[in-house]
This record gives sequence, C-alpha cells and structure tokens, in this order.
Amino acid sequence: MAETSQTIPVQAPPAGIWHRLLRRKLAVFGFAIIALVVGGAVFAPWIVRYPPDEQLFDGLSLFGEPMPPSRAFLLGTDLLGRDLFSRMLYGAQTSLIIGIVANGVALLIGTLVGVVAGFVRGWVGAVLMRFTDLMMAFPALLLAICLAAIFQPSLWIVAMVIALVNWVQTARVIYTETTSLAEREFIAAEKTLGASRSRILFRHILPHLVPTLIVWGTLGISVTVLLEATLSFLGVGVQPPTPSWGNIIFENQTYFQAAPWLVFIPGAAILLLALAFNLVGDALRDVLDPTQRGND
Amino acid sequence: MLGYLVRRLVQSVLILLGVSFITFVLLYVLPADPVRQIAGRSATAQTVENIRQQLGLDQPMLVQYWRYLSGLVQGDMGRSYLQKTEVSTLIAARLPASLLLMAAGIFCELLIGLTLGVIAAIFRGRSLDQGLMVTSFVAVSAPQFVVGLLLLYVFAVQLGWFPIGGYGTAAHLVLPAVTLGIMGSGWYSRMMRSSMVDVLRQDYIRTARAKGLTRRRILLRHALPNAILPIIAMIGIDIGIFMGGIVVVESVFGWPGIGQLAWQAIQRVDIPIIMGVTMVSATAIVLGNLLADLVTPLIDPRIKLR
Repeated sequence: MAETSQTIPVQAPPAGIWHRLLRRKLAVFGFAIIALVVGGAVFAPWIVRYPPDEQLFDGLSLFGEPMPPSRAFLLGTDLLGRDLFSRMLYGAQTSLIIGIVANGVALLIGTLVGVVAGFVRGWVGAVLMRFTDLMMAFPALLLAICLAAIFQPSLWIVAMVIALVNWVQTARVIYTETTSLAEREFIAAEKTLGASRSRILFRHILPHLVPTLIVWGTLGISVTVLLEATLSFLGVGVQPPTPSWGNIIFENQTYFQAAPWLVFIPGAAILLLALAFNLVGDALRDVLDPTQRGND
Repeated sequence: MLGYLVRRLVQSVLILLGVSFITFVLLYVLPADPVRQIAGRSATAQTVENIRQQLGLDQPMLVQYWRYLSGLVQGDMGRSYLQKTEVSTLIAARLPASLLLMAAGIFCELLIGLTLGVIAAIFRGRSLDQGLMVTSFVAVSAPQFVVGLLLLYVFAVQLGWFPIGGYGTAAHLVLPAVTLGIMGSGWYSRMMRSSMVDVLRQDYIRTARAKGLTRRRILLRHALPNAILPIIAMIGIDIGIFMGGIVVVESVFGWPGIGQLAWQAIQRVDIPIIMGVTMVSATAIVLGNLLADLVTPLIDPRIKLR
C-alpha cells in the first residue's frame, strides 16, 4: 500500500495553458473582476473610511433618508446610515469565503461519491448513485431554504447548507467520467501488468479527473455565489449585521423605489462576480478539454 | 417499452418515498418547536402538552412518519398547524397560479433562448454571435431577485407599463414570467446554438444546398426542426430549477402561488405545509424527468431505452 501514502501526482499542466487562456478577452475580463473583488475583500480594512456596521452621525439626511452616492460616501449610505462602500467590501469577503468553502466541500463530496460509485462499484456504488438520484428529485432551493431556516444561519452553516445541496451535479459528472475512464484500454493494460487497484486509482484515474474538477470547481463558485445571495435575500442566509451582498438587498428592498442604488449596486456586484467565474470556467473548459474544441 | 415504463414508474415511486422520508426526518429534528408557535407565548406548560398530544407530536418519529405516509397515499396531506385547513386544499388553491407562472416562464425562456440561439448559429463566428453568447452568460449569471427588482423598477415604477405586483390580469403576468425565464434562456440559447451548428454540418444539409434550395428554406425546413427537438426534451429536466425559481419570483412580485405558501410556512414552522409543497415539487420533478426520458427516443429513434 505504498502508493496510497503518496500525494496524488497532479500532472503538470501542458505548457501554454496560461498563454492560451490569456489570449481570450473574456477570460481576461473574468480574471480582472475576480482580482478586483479578491483585492477589495482582502484589503477592505485599509481601504474603507468607515467601519461597515457603524451607524454614521451624518449617514442619514435630516429627514432620516439614506444619502445618495457622493464624495463623502462613494456609494451612498443604507437605511441605517451605514456606508454602503464599506459594507460592499466586507460583503465581498462573505461572498468569497462562502464561494470557496461551500464549493470546495461540495466538490469534495461530489468527487468522493462519484469516484467511489464509478470505480469501486458493487452495492456501495449502487446505493450511492440511487441516493444521488434521490437528491436530484429534491427541489434544491426549497431544501436549502428549509435547512437554513432550521439551523440558525451563520456564515459557516450557510456554507455547509449550500455544499449539501450542490454536490449532486459534481457527483454525477465525476461518476460518468470515472466509469468511462475505467473501461479504457490503458487501464486494462495496467491491470494486466499487475497494478494494484489503489495504484490505478491514484496514478491514473484521479489525475485524469483533474481538468474536469478544475472546470466544475470554477463554474461551481458562480452557482454558489448566486445561491448564497438568494438565501441572504430571502433572509435565511448570512444574518445582518454581517454584511453580504444578498442581505444588503434584503435589508433595503422596501426602500428601493426611493434609493435604487441600495439594491442595484450589490445586485450588479453579484452578477459581475458570478459572470466572472462563468467566463473563466468556460474558457478553462475550452482550453483543458480537447473534445470540446471545434464547436465554436 | 412497457417493461421500461413499469421499471421507471417503480423507481419514481421509490424516489418519492425517499424524499418524503428525508424531509420528514429533517423537519423532525427541527430545533424550532411548532407547538410553541401554535400555543402562543402565554400558554401554560399544560396547554402546550395538550396541543402536542392532539397533533400526535408526542409519538415516536417512525410512528408519526407511518401515519403521515398512510394519509399521503389516500391524498390526505394533513392539516396546517396555524391555518386550521387541509394542506391539500391550501395547495390546490395556490397551485393554478404557480402553474400559470411556470408555463409563462417556460414560454419566455424558450422564445428568448431559441430565437437568440438560432440567430447566433446563423451568424456563427461573427461579432453578433459573440455578442449574443456574452449576453447568454450575463443571463445565467444574473440573480433572479435582482432581475425581478430591476424589471419592476424600470417597467413598473419608472415607465408605469405594468403593475408593481399582484395577480389577476395578463399585465400582472408579464414581468414575473420574464424574470423566471431569463436565466434559463441563457442556457437554452447556448444549447440551441450548438445544436443548430451541429445540424448545419450534416450531410443532408449539404445535399439540400446542392439541390439549389434557398438558404431560408434550408434553415427553416431542414435545419430548425432537427435542431429544436432535442432541446425540447430538456424542458422536463428543468422543472426542478423552476420549482426553486418560483419561490424567489413569487416573493419579489407578491404572486400568490405555492412558492409564497412554502416560504410563509417555513418562517412559521408550519411543518405539514412544508412537507406538502416539498412532495408536490418532488413529484413534479420526477414526472418531468420521466417525461424527458420517454420523449427523447420518440424524437430521435437512434436512442434506445434501456
């Protein structure tokens, strides 16, 4: 069992992947947005002028209305007189943490289920895939809302809820890929040469799944960001005063006719971030998967 | 064919059983106590206990589940804790509004998605094609509640073309339906484009061209029907996404459907309603998938059912 203790050998990406990615304008646009959001989230404490949950003395007009964007408040203030720009930057932290954690866990569960079902097979595999079928029949958003409402939602609970709902797609894709890989000639050749099952799994099956995982991982972040925003918008996601782009809209939507920026600035941010991950994921798919080429 | 159908039906029933069990277990471990909600804050411990007994919530979980299941088979979904009405009556009253919204949403999704997909395929590789494909990415990346609020702001608040919310006339339906359809239209335009591009590469298209048919006739009579059919079969698979979408869209537009019903029930821990809506949604999803699988071989005889 020497092989199992080794780290999974990830093949070095073929030379020129970055080069090919950076030739695509849309992928570059996506990378730029992601870099901007990550930068804003990481350096938020040094960038913002006001703490995100401080109700500022001059944050509301004399009539108690939120202030529109101005010099003092780059993106205006919200219903409680807090600086929207500060809340947006700290909200980016929320979106990114959930996007990465929830999607990472979902990817892990999905890969585990898919690989076990596709490679080990037997009754374990059968049970896993029937369970996956069952999960497919759940109305995903309804399930997520239920789960989030059951547990008192905190940042990490919301991430786990999203992971529990989102692993299913990955499991199906990885399962299909694994079964088709397991039937290929080079695997049969390895078997004939006397390779152990773990060697085949770790040296041949898993490395071949890496491109698929990279693509699904990237596209999945976009799905996760949208789901977190939706849950927070419905009030069962990340709870105020912790800012999230979704709950900024949730808190301010009653006032959106008079102060539309409070809804549409975070809305545009959610859209741009999801779009960025979709564009990068799509470009990665074209670059990493040669069978997709020629369709454009 | 018949054997396949029977096997799939049995499978579907088993899946629904599983869904009902998991939902029941989830709601059973719910930390929020529904009895407290019903009894109100000033209730004595004795009253709370009485209500618990009345509703059968003091029984072991499996007994409760069995009772629920045997009712469900007879079409009895239990009574709402708070509204004191049969859940089936509540759902039946709300379902037509949701079905109407979903039908209109699917119509918008197909109309926008297929049209843009065909146009992109015809102008393949040119800037119009690229522009449309970027648009489709924007559509799938846009959160539904933001699209809904944006449409409300522009077309209801600013322009006043449509009512701000509510239910009743055709004008009320337009904005919610478009909101529901936009995300899917992004996927459909991409699928339609690649399906159309695929068909346009086939030999029979070259034959048609060699016969001297007009471009218009080739596109409309030869390519389009063949490209569109596999896409149509996908609608069945989409039901699950729509079931989630209506919760959001109904909440933004105040549309009185089962999405709103479920949402209010979740907030008040009205478990029978949550169970009921989950079961109705799961049934719709399972039926949609079954339909998609059954329709596919009718469309393309090369695909055999296993």
